[in-house]
Amino acid sequence: MTPTPRPSLWEYANPVKFMRLSDWLLPLTAWLAAAAIAVGLVWGFFLTPDDFRQGSTVKIIFLHVPSALMAINAWAMMLVASLVWLIRRHHVSALAARAAGPVGAMMTLIALFTGAIWGQPMWGTWWAWDPRLTSFLILFLFYLGYIALWSAIEDPDTAADLTAVLCIVGSVFAVLSRYAAIFWNQGLHQGASLSVAPGTRMDWAYKAPLYVSMTGFGLLFLALVLAGTRTEIRARRMKALINRERMQG
Amino acid sequence: MMPDLGRYAVEVTLAYAVSLALLATLVGWVWLRGRRVRRALADIEARAGRKG
Repeated sequence: MTPTPRPSLWEYANPVKFMRLSDWLLPLTAWLAAAAIAVGLVWGFFLTPDDFRQGSTVKIIFLHVPSALMAINAWAMMLVASLVWLIRRHHVSALAARAAGPVGAMMTLIALFTGAIWGQPMWGTWWAWDPRLTSFLILFLFYLGYIALWSAIEDPDTAADLTAVLCIVGSVFAVLSRYAAIFWNQGLHQGASLSVAPGTRMDWAYKAPLYVSMTGFGLLFLALVLAGTRTEIRARRMKALINRERMQG
Repeated sequence: MMPDLGRYAVEVTLAYAVSLALLATLVGWVWLRGRRVRRALADIEARAGRKG
């Protein structure tokens, strides 16, 4: 009797298997994301009380924290996918990293915008060269550079190699964005909003809708990366077919 | 139905409106690009199929 081979994660490096998996996973994550974001934001906007110090601006947290979290996590996912590409040369991982770029960039933009609009009434300024704000701005510029580099290089494997290196370099700023407030312990931005450490202050009236919104943003990221990766796989196949047509004359 | 946002009504409303618009733009861009590439690939595959 031959033993049944154990299923492996690497099977999904095969584009056909990835397409088959994402066929059912994409609609599921998309609908769950829509539901979680709708519940989290409606709950946060309509049903949470004003903060005694920050007034109604506290409601911005349900957009700001999930988008900032996904801005950093998107880069972390790109880093893992880039390392898989560099080490094991799986094309799907390089294409998944490429698909995550615009999603992470938009999440960073939302985090920067909501931070500025929240900061104005609370700090009296839209912007300050605070460690966390500055590292987030640099992270956003890295995202733009990453997207531009993918578009600028004709050969897909060379593009994947160079963007993977850029991703590794940019990871320094992704880490700084997450821990800047702790490293420097100065600037306007507060420390982590959510923490498992004792003595954290956020009430469950805010924490519950925030967790729902964070789940929604995470699922939205997953859905958009799955959709983007499917598009990149098709675009790669299209390019191969066009090249074959050209060679046949 | 609208909660009383007090003196920060403009900031809070603007944060939600712009963020939701940005999210909708992102979702729309991913969906439209996916549809365009899917159709273009179907055309090329059909052409390649006709040529044998």
